Amino acid sequence: MAKSNVFDLLGPIMVGPSSSHTAGAVRLGGMARKILGEEPVEGTIFLHGSFAKTGKGHGTDLALLAGLLGMLPDDERIPDASKLAQEQGLSVKYEVIDLGDVHPNTVKFDLKGKTGVHLQVIGSSIGGGTIVIGKINEYEVDIRGDYPTLVVLHQDHPGVVAQVTLLLATAQINIASMRVAREKKGAQALMILETDQTIDKAVLELMRKLPKIEQAMAIEPL
Amino acid sequence: MRAYEDWVIEAESKGKKLSEVILEDQMAELEQTEETLFERMNNNLKVMRGSVEAGLSGTRRSVSGLVGGDAAKVEEHRKKGNSLVGMEISGAIAKALAVAEINACMGKIVAAPTAGSCGVLPAVLLTVEEVCQSSDRDIILALFTAAGLGMVLTERASVSGAEGGCQAEIGSAAAMAAAAAVELAGGSPRQTADAAAIAMKSMLGLVCDPVGGLVEVPCVKRNATGATIALAAAEMALSGVRSAIPIDEVIDTMGRVGKQMPCALKETAQGGLAVTPTGRRIQADFL
Repeated sequence: MAKSNVFDLLGPIMVGPSSSHTAGAVRLGGMARKILGEEPVEGTIFLHGSFAKTGKGHGTDLALLAGLLGMLPDDERIPDASKLAQEQGLSVKYEVIDLGDVHPNTVKFDLKGKTGVHLQVIGSSIGGGTIVIGKINEYEVDIRGDYPTLVVLHQDHPGVVAQVTLLLATAQINIASMRVAREKKGAQALMILETDQTIDKAVLELMRKLPKIEQAMAIEPL
Repeated sequence: MRAYEDWVIEAESKGKKLSEVILEDQMAELEQTEETLFERMNNNLKVMRGSVEAGLSGTRRSVSGLVGGDAAKVEEHRKKGNSLVGMEISGAIAKALAVAEINACMGKIVAAPTAGSCGVLPAVLLTVEEVCQSSDRDIILALFTAAGLGMVLTERASVSGAEGGCQAEIGSAAAMAAAAAVELAGGSPRQTADAAAIAMKSMLGLVCDPVGGLVEVPCVKRNATGATIALAAAEMALSGVRSAIPIDEVIDTMGRVGKQMPCALKETAQGGLAVTPTGRRIQADFL
């Protein structure tokens, strides 16, 4: 598995009772909100495996919801997430799902944002509050929320990767990791880049204007 | 993949504490100064102290009512001079219960490495602090040793009960606490490895079987017994007792055992104590 640091092991500072089922769940909700890129107003939370079986006792349902509302794992309002969601106009329902051979603590979000953005996100809480987002819509990804992350939806065409990395280089943004995947040759493709520096709005706007780029989003670390 | 042995060899060759080697590694990895890392770790220590204090003096109960007040019972018993095992061990037991109870009551804790195992490390280190009159600086350094071992545990095995059972949570916490205790008590880098290996070996195969799926029964009390295993392992290592199986191989074993463990015994509340007649009755009553 990926490299960890000392504060992944001692930390987070959090409200109990479970780092994987409470703190990790808050972070998964928060990450889904960041990927959506706007305030969610409607959604379904699908619980898999241990999240489905023991989630209630750990407050996993409330924790995921608290994350969608933008709370952090040490927020002492987490137990009140249901009430706060109602007040803030976020309506969610919960369902149990079998996602197959994934981590036992896995959740799928189906979210609608306030301007109508519709997105599906699958993520797992892999222990100690560490999370990994494994899928956005139909694309396999590996986003951990440790670095600023750039997600670019584009057409599979020669030179697209080069123009994206050139733009980042010009903006003095260093790439820590990079992954490109496509559905099939010449079709839609997805680029995921983790960077050392924050990707600001101006860079993102320039990125969106590049040819063959369909969508670009910058996800802040959690 | 990281190996704890590499750090032991590096520390030995440089004549440094194990924590200093890990600190250097993390300064490079996180691109942060020693001061920043110290300050961040000090925040963890402060929250640990706070959760010990809150748990020892508090009368909080978990929502289910299953957990709360036991730390105070042990603390009162020992303060009356009634301890069977001596003030150090009884103090560690009380502190571990205190932090684990605060966690179950949705209070603020430091996951170490997880929330379910948050009581072991603060209990052990604050007990060694009392015995050795340690400085805050040395306790913070010992936390780096604990976390360094934790990194190896994460990379070679797991610290998630859902993935590896309780051996991955309380077991990892006990190994981390044992290594940190040895360093804080003045032991060598090699002795931290032996202590961690001895502690982890004592925890192999421990299942994660929370009654009702709550981090309460048996989790809270396993924090207390985990702390005593860590102290026993540290005592042996500090006396020069070696672990026949090296730490990295013990960690690999824990990972393998975790994979072999059936899903029912990995935090799903489908096996172990969770499915005893009493466990089922508790679940039916409270959930």
